[in-house]
Amino acid sequence: MRRGPRLLCFLLSAALVLSACSKPTSPPSFESPSPASGTVTGLSADAAAIASERGLSPADVAAALKTYVPSGKLDEAVMFASGGHSGQVIAIGIPSMRILKNIGVFTPESWQGWGYSDETRAVLEEGSVEGQLLTWGDTHHPNISETNGEYDGEYLFINDKANARIAVVDLKDWETKQIVKNPLTLSNHGATFIDPNTNYIFEASQYAMPWTGEYAWMDEYQEKFRGSLTAWKFDRAKGRIDVEQSFAIELPPYWQDLCDAGKGPSDGWVFCNSINTEMATGKLTEDDPYFETSTAARDKDYLHIVNWRKAEEVFKAGNFVRINDFPVIPIETAVKEGILFFTPEPKSPHGVDVTPKGEHIVVGGKLDPHVSIYSIKKIEEAIASGNFEGTDPYGVPIIPFDVALEAQIELGIGPLHTVFDDRGYAYTSLFIDSAVAKWSIGSERPEDGWKLIEKVPVQYNVGHLAALEGDTVKPGGKYLVALNKWSLDRFSGDAEKGEFPGTGPLLPQNLQLIDISGDTMQVIYDMPMGIGEPHYAQIIKADRLQSWSVYPENGWDPMTHSVSPYAVAAGEERIERNGNEVHIYMTAIRSHFTPENIVVKKGDKVHWHITNIDRAKDAVHGFGLAAYNVALSLEPGEHADFTFVADKEGVFPFYCTEFCSALHLEMMGYLHVEP
Amino acid sequence: MTETANAPSASETVQQATTRRVSPLIVVLLVASAALLIASMRLPWWSITMWAPQYPQGLTATATLTAIVGEDVPEIDELNHYIGMMPLNEAAQFERSISIPMVIAMAAALVISIWPRNWLRWVLRLPAVIFPVFFLADLKFWLWYAGNNLDPSAALSSTISAFTPTALGWGKVAQFHTYGWLQAGFWLALAAAVLTLLTLIPLRRKGRTA
Repeated sequence: MRRGPRLLCFLLSAALVLSACSKPTSPPSFESPSPASGTVTGLSADAAAIASERGLSPADVAAALKTYVPSGKLDEAVMFASGGHSGQVIAIGIPSMRILKNIGVFTPESWQGWGYSDETRAVLEEGSVEGQLLTWGDTHHPNISETNGEYDGEYLFINDKANARIAVVDLKDWETKQIVKNPLTLSNHGATFIDPNTNYIFEASQYAMPWTGEYAWMDEYQEKFRGSLTAWKFDRAKGRIDVEQSFAIELPPYWQDLCDAGKGPSDGWVFCNSINTEMATGKLTEDDPYFETSTAARDKDYLHIVNWRKAEEVFKAGNFVRINDFPVIPIETAVKEGILFFTPEPKSPHGVDVTPKGEHIVVGGKLDPHVSIYSIKKIEEAIASGNFEGTDPYGVPIIPFDVALEAQIELGIGPLHTVFDDRGYAYTSLFIDSAVAKWSIGSERPEDGWKLIEKVPVQYNVGHLAALEGDTVKPGGKYLVALNKWSLDRFSGDAEKGEFPGTGPLLPQNLQLIDISGDTMQVIYDMPMGIGEPHYAQIIKADRLQSWSVYPENGWDPMTHSVSPYAVAAGEERIERNGNEVHIYMTAIRSHFTPENIVVKKGDKVHWHITNIDRAKDAVHGFGLAAYNVALSLEPGEHADFTFVADKEGVFPFYCTEFCSALHLEMMGYLHVEP
Repeated sequence: MTETANAPSASETVQQATTRRVSPLIVVLLVASAALLIASMRLPWWSITMWAPQYPQGLTATATLTAIVGEDVPEIDELNHYIGMMPLNEAAQFERSISIPMVIAMAAALVISIWPRNWLRWVLRLPAVIFPVFFLADLKFWLWYAGNNLDPSAALSSTISAFTPTALGWGKVAQFHTYGWLQAGFWLALAAAVLTLLTLIPLRRKGRTA
């Protein structure tokens, strides 16, 4: 009896301590129901009835099952598509094809406050041309940063064709951080292609022109007009292009088109194709043909083969000239140093794409029904042995076509762009045929050789293709997206038949998801794209992205990725006046701004600093100020500043533009500008 | 049994000149209790997690003897301001301000209580025995106080009327399901209380006393 109760008490204590660990992790009412298990052998009566009622074929039902992402479930990949002349980037979930976000880049975007705060305005202003703030861009080719030839999901680069600019988007917060303006040219196209470790972002000029700022008439085209290939050095630690470490290579006044950087055995090279090696100058007299004809007079144009590693050495050795205060390796130097070579390609080609193993370069014929496949081994051998068929008028050595060529495959009319899967197949868009051609890479599928496998129609006029990590060293296969230029009847019908007549004369583009996992390609989804014209896109597996859901600390300046010197903490809100300069230090938290009533005098220069001190995921505040054209997005922890001269007297309401809480409408205040 | 079987040592014999012999088990129990109390000081004693549709991961606040801690506390306070509830760390300020010296004093009292053989030892050990009960009672009081002194001018005052958050187990308020439970610090203190209680149980039968 003596030890009994004591032992009992010990055991009781132990049991109590153990019971402390029994806390559940979520209440029963919020637990998701477990999905029904078992094998689906056929449609249920309900599902069959729905399919029948909606007129869905078995293939339609299969497509629906492949693409539908139920509420609460996530997509497996993210496609970053250019927004064309919307100037933005559009992120889309794969396979659902749901738009996730439109990222402001070259064009002000008021939801994100992009271009309205001092910080974001400064980025737009970096991209000004001769003092002119540009408020649009023509985004073409997004490229996700790579490590060892695979997407690392850290940064996204995109070019503006309209003004030859490059933007850097940080995928930690999906915000644009930098815009650089090319000082040599006003248009680009072959950008933003990167080498396998993102040392450089390559930008080829498109329309040859005198170096920016110079004037010349067309009779001086061959002497004064030039193209260029710029190698922008990317400083990954800073997340910015290092302009000081960047340089360009002067190119003949052909219109350089798309580019791709080598990988594996072709690492160290950049390949760009060209149109208008005719150096046509357009319709100057009644008798002259238009550019569309005169640029396609010759049978062949030149694939540009550029040794960027050698160019980097030459640049670092100081062997360059400065044009518009930018280092440029002249053509003669590039030729002398073995940086620049040409090989003929069927006239006016479009895409140039390096195969995943880096052994071959695929050029889409556009005006020629073939893809022409070049071998880097053969190119390097020709260079090493000096096997050239002469030079172009600018002295650039030309490797004979048949020496550099590995294979040609006739695919159809208008082959443009090529992407790859994980099984040794390549996929090439056929613009004029409105189809996608699947063909085998002979070196990877010796059983098939270099041959066309099959074609699938797409609707309509397909431009670029994007495949899951399909331009990396390890393509993911499974998904292919055709970025079609025309949608025609896809999203608009016949009003006479009582159908939806469509969206007016400006039709959405049609992005089509294609299942490439099986033996035959299947179009499984049509996605209307009504906010831009995506040119190129890249698809990254979602788990490679490491995005933030809230900023790491309150007062965060997304441009410096550190706490802003103007950050405002709770309790430190204030208004400071120094002469006619007024600093307003404000916080935003659900559901009020502090301070709420602000008095300044007409003519004051107002520096307004706002920190969102909310820390909860999705607790975003907006800030809109009437009459002064201010729109901010204040994400959890974010700080923003804006500056204006209070030149209008009166009372101006400001309010939270995000529906942040039940008292969102009440989250407002007044700016009083005294006469 | 073992304690009574041991022969008194020379020092104990000297001590027995003024007090009766102290059982080594009692000493072990008291020192262990004191150690458990000291260990509990920096540990969480209680926590509550609140789930809502907007907060599927839940928001958690944890009470130690000195503060309400956790990265979700500002969010909970922010939500509470809509119903006019005081910030969590305004509760029990006096108790929290004296808790550390009090626990140290309780632990010291347990050790000191090894020596007196009269009613004083009861007085010295009693605080440690009732401390966990006091904690629970105080917790209950402040939950009642916080939920029953809502600012009538708060935005949601017409939606949420006075309530007492559930301290232990499942509760529900507005769109939130809540679950409160005791944590390691409390269990250590409870163990200390049980061990101390054991020292107060008369163990010796007359016949076995040496």
